[in-house]
Parts: sequence; structure tokens; C-alpha cells
Amino acid sequence: MRKIILSFLMLLPGAVLAAGGGVHLDKANIDVGNQQSLQRGARLFVNYCLSCHSAQFQRYNRMGRDLGLTDAQVIDNLMFASDKVGAPMTIAMTPADGKAWFGAAPPDLSLIARSRGVDYLYTYMRTFYVDEARPFGTNNVTFPSVGMPNVLWELQGVQKPVYKTIERDGETHDVLDHLELVEPGTRTPAEFDQDIRDLVAFMAYVGEPIQLERKALGVKVIIFLLVFLVVAYLLKKEYWKDIH
Amino acid sequence: MGERTDKWQGGILGWIDDRFPLSSMWNDHLAKYYAPKNFNFWYFFGSLALLVLVIQIVSGIFLTMSYKPDAERAFASVEYIMRDVEWGWLIRYIHSTGASAFFLVVYLHMFRAMLYGSYQKPRELIWIFGVLIYLCLMAEAFFGYLLPWGQMSYWGAQVIVNLFAAIPIIGEDLSVWIRGDYVIADATLNRFFAFHVIAVPLVLLGLVVAHILALHEVGSNNPDGVEIKKHKDANGIPKDGIPFHPYYTVKDIVGVVVFLIFFSIVVFFIPDGGGFFLEHPNFDPADPLKTPAHIAPVWYFTPYYAILRAVPSFAGTQVWGVIAMGAAVVILFFLPWLDRSPVKSIRYRGPIYKTALALFVVVFLVLGYLGTQPTTSGKTLLARIGTIYYLAFFFLMPIYTRMDKYKPVPERVTSK
Repeated sequence: MRKIILSFLMLLPGAVLAAGGGVHLDKANIDVGNQQSLQRGARLFVNYCLSCHSAQFQRYNRMGRDLGLTDAQVIDNLMFASDKVGAPMTIAMTPADGKAWFGAAPPDLSLIARSRGVDYLYTYMRTFYVDEARPFGTNNVTFPSVGMPNVLWELQGVQKPVYKTIERDGETHDVLDHLELVEPGTRTPAEFDQDIRDLVAFMAYVGEPIQLERKALGVKVIIFLLVFLVVAYLLKKEYWKDIH
Repeated sequence: MGERTDKWQGGILGWIDDRFPLSSMWNDHLAKYYAPKNFNFWYFFGSLALLVLVIQIVSGIFLTMSYKPDAERAFASVEYIMRDVEWGWLIRYIHSTGASAFFLVVYLHMFRAMLYGSYQKPRELIWIFGVLIYLCLMAEAFFGYLLPWGQMSYWGAQVIVNLFAAIPIIGEDLSVWIRGDYVIADATLNRFFAFHVIAVPLVLLGLVVAHILALHEVGSNNPDGVEIKKHKDANGIPKDGIPFHPYYTVKDIVGVVVFLIFFSIVVFFIPDGGGFFLEHPNFDPADPLKTPAHIAPVWYFTPYYAILRAVPSFAGTQVWGVIAMGAAVVILFFLPWLDRSPVKSIRYRGPIYKTALALFVVVFLVLGYLGTQPTTSGKTLLARIGTIYYLAFFFLMPIYTRMDKYKPVPERVTSK
């Protein structure tokens, strides 16, 4: 009997491990609870992303409140695409323009961290490389033939692909081994990784602004339920003491 | 009837009882409904299913106040609920977690019936109402899953509606009629919304009432599978029975609190259930032009989805998979007559049924896992073996339950 119960409890976590596959993803190791990290991520987002990509479900003032910034700080430092602090992060570029310029309209990024996962974003943003065959001269390992250019090249520098030859089915193939930094950017590789970590942390926050409060409330709810459980159990024992 | 000297005799309750059977209903279903005293862990899931039903209805009503059943606005309205509606995120997570909790609780409740033979005579109708509730629940979950209008909502609905298109001759027209359009579109969303918020819940509530009325007519089964009504005391009260209220109400409160602790862990700490309660691609808005690489239904449908995919197309039609999947659900109705065991409870059954049931649980879980995965030839083979076992478990039941060795059943319930 116990075994049967246990096997049911095992069902969900076991299944969770089953997801995944495809390209190797680096661990983002973000900390959504770190306000400084989120603020740096917000700065990168509004400077580099928020002209082609919107975050139409995220309001500026909500972001300010959650990131420990006043409305005035938000207006002065983070608001270039709107004039109302209560407005959502929309952009002037229309989807039709985006399609004409990039081949596909740049998606709204409000929920990108929830649909793709933070590890994907962290890896994607760091794996652009030079590819003269592409319209903007860059390609991406994680998202091959992506329409987006390497917007952060100034920070990251320029990466070139290094191939290795492998043998498969009696034929030799050139496959990508790793990317090599051939022209340094304004940030060192370690600094750049941290920049992307901040940016991804901010995207994770934008994906679900309530997540920090949610966990704090959950702790209180569960403590209440545990206390209530003791009371309920004692009540049950009291009623059942005569049942044999 | 004598002359009344005091028109308030009997108080407010007496006044009501003269006009409505309040006291007798209270007694028939709670205070003087005698349930066996030996219920164990597995008997929590009936009352928990009722709790989840209430949770879903209440949270659903609040969601309906802010949700927009419109293909242009549905996705954004869910995010509006998540971000701008006061406590909207909590209501939404309660509702999405409740859907998974409902199936978990109902699966455990059904498994209890299979452990202790709760579907056997004289409880066949309780079981049939129960399977109808399960069917309604599947419909309710399916209609509800389209409403967030994400990629998985859209393509999941596409896959399921296309099942009807596999029916020969009328299939194509039937699927267009169901969708109200040639593809899943605004018309589909609106009608699914109508089914989700009123049509199916109405039927569901009626069936739940019928399920409980039928149960209280014949009385509850128990882990020993003996009829407590056979041994009554001088007052006509079953010797092994105790009033449902207060004994099982206070006991079920303990079950409710434990359930709510697990429920809260999901709602507050892992609301997407690792991608199994809220699938990641569903955070991308529905796009009729972009088919996701891998379409998987939510976990509670995956055993049946695995069966659907396991059956190969034959004679130029894929309808066989649909038939196998339908059979896997419909066969449940016949369980009371497929089981020829002279005893109810697994405690007094022989090794054959015990092994068959244990394997059935394993197969159900494996099929559930396979339904979440992209197909490979190895996995398809495994799903085929699972499908055959699933169906054989039921179809061969009349044979193997007759062959089994049974232990003598006690006259009275045994203490734990």
C-alpha cells in the first residue's frame, strides 16, 4: 500500500526530468531576488532591446516599484519610448515594419522567459557569430538563421566560429566546435556574461512580476496551514477516541 | 394534527422543516448517514474532489469577470489578470493548479474504487455516474485549455478536434461544425468558452449530486469490502457504522488541510508545475501559421494521447487510434460487469488480480510519460505494448478474475 502511494508521488518529479533536448544550453544562474541585478538588466533592456521588441504587458511604474526605483528615477533613466509612467512598454515600430526589415516581426518579450526558459535566453544572447552569408552579417548557434543582428556586439566584441571535422557514416563533416572572440568588446567575457545574466534576470522578472511577492505570501500561507493542521488533527483525535 | 397553541413551536428550524426537508436532508446525508468506521487514506479523495470542484467554480467565476473570450484579446486578458487585476495572479494560479489537482484527486479516487471493488454490486450506478463525471471533467479541461489562447491551447485543440475528422465520410464536415470555422478561430473560442463556463459545469454538478445520492442510497463500501448493513444493532444502526458527521467531517478536515498544503506549494512556489501544469509554449500567443515543434497535451490526458499515437493507421485511415483511445475510456463503464470476482476488496483477492492491477498502474504511468514525449520507434513500441496491456487488463478481466484464488472475507470490518 505504501509503495503504491509513493509511486504516485513519484509520478510528477520523474516526469519533469523528461523535458529538454536539442542544443546544449548554459545555466543562467540568475537571481530574480537581486534588485541591483534587475536594475542593471532593466537598463540594458530599455537601451538595447526596447526599440525593436516591446514588453507590452509590463508597465514602467510597476517595474519601478518592484525594482526599488521612484517614478522620477524611472522617467529620467529608463523611459525613452513613452511619456507616461503608467504606460506599458510598447514600441513605435509596427509588426509590418519589423517583418519588412528583419524577415519576421521581432516578438513581444513580456513572456519570453516563461516560454523559452532563462537558460535558453542566456545561451542565445551569448552565441552570436560572424556569418557573412546572413543579411546582418551575424548568425546564432542557439537559434540558427535568426533574423536578429547581434545588438550587443559593442559590449561583447566579435566572435568567429571554430569548426572541427568529424566522421559520420563514412563521410567527414565540419561541425561547430566553439566560438572564438576575435575582436574584444568594451566588456571582458566575464563582465559580458554578467551583463547577460542581469538582462535575463530582468526578463524573468518581466515574465512574472508577482513572483517575489508570491513566494513570500506562500511561506505565510503554509505556516498558517501547518498550525491549522495541528488543530484539525487534535480535533479529529478528540472525536475519534471512542471509536475502536 | 392538533390545534397549534404557539405558532413558533419548533422555532425557525421547525418552520422551515414544515416547508422544506432541511432536518431530514441533514440527517440522511450527514448526521445519520452511517459510514463504515474503517476508512483509510484512500477515502480522502472523494471529499477532496468535491473541494476541488468548489475551488474551480469559485476561482472560475472570478476569472470570468476579467477574461475576454475573443481571439484578439484572450491572451492579453489573461496577462491583464496576472498583472493588473487585484489578486488576479492568485486566482489564475489557483484555477490552473486546480485543474491538475482535480485530475490527480479523481485518478486516486478511481484507483480506490479498483482497490476495494467499490464499483461492484450494488454500487454499479455510483461507478457509472463517476465515469460520466470523469468524461465531463475531460471535456471541461479540454474546453478550458483553449481559453488562454496560447500556442499549446491552439494546437492542442487543433489536434483533438482533428480526431473527429478521422471519422470516415462525415469526419471533415463534423470537425468544421465543431470548430465553427475551417481552423480553430474566434468562433471556436467563443463556443468553447460557453461550454467551459456553463454547459459542462451544469452537467457536472448534476452528475455529482446523482453520484452522492446513489452512494447514500446503498451506503459506502470500505477497505474490507463487507456490507456493514448486514449487522445492525437494536436501533437499526449498522454496528460498524459511524455517523458521517461529526466523525468523517472532522477527519476529512485533516485531509483537506494536508491537501491544501500541497496545493499551496504548487500555487505559490511552482505554479507552472515544471511545465506540466502550465506548458511553456502556452506563454506564446496562438499563431495559426506556426506549428510548435512538439505538441503535447497536459499531463492528465497523456496516457490516452499515447494510446492514440500508438495505434498505426490501417486501410488508409487513422480512425483506429481514435477508436482505441475511445475504447480505453468507454471500457471503464463496463468494469462492474467485467469483474467476476466473488470478493470486493483487494485484501481478499488472489495474486492474479493483485499483479494485474499493479501492472496496470505502472502501464498507466508509463503511457502518461510517453504521451508527453516526441515519438521514437522505441517509444512507439513501448506505447503499443502499454496500449495492449491497458485494453487486455479490462477485456480479459472476466477470465482472469474467475481463475484467481480468493481468501475468506470476514463477517465484520477489521480494525486497521
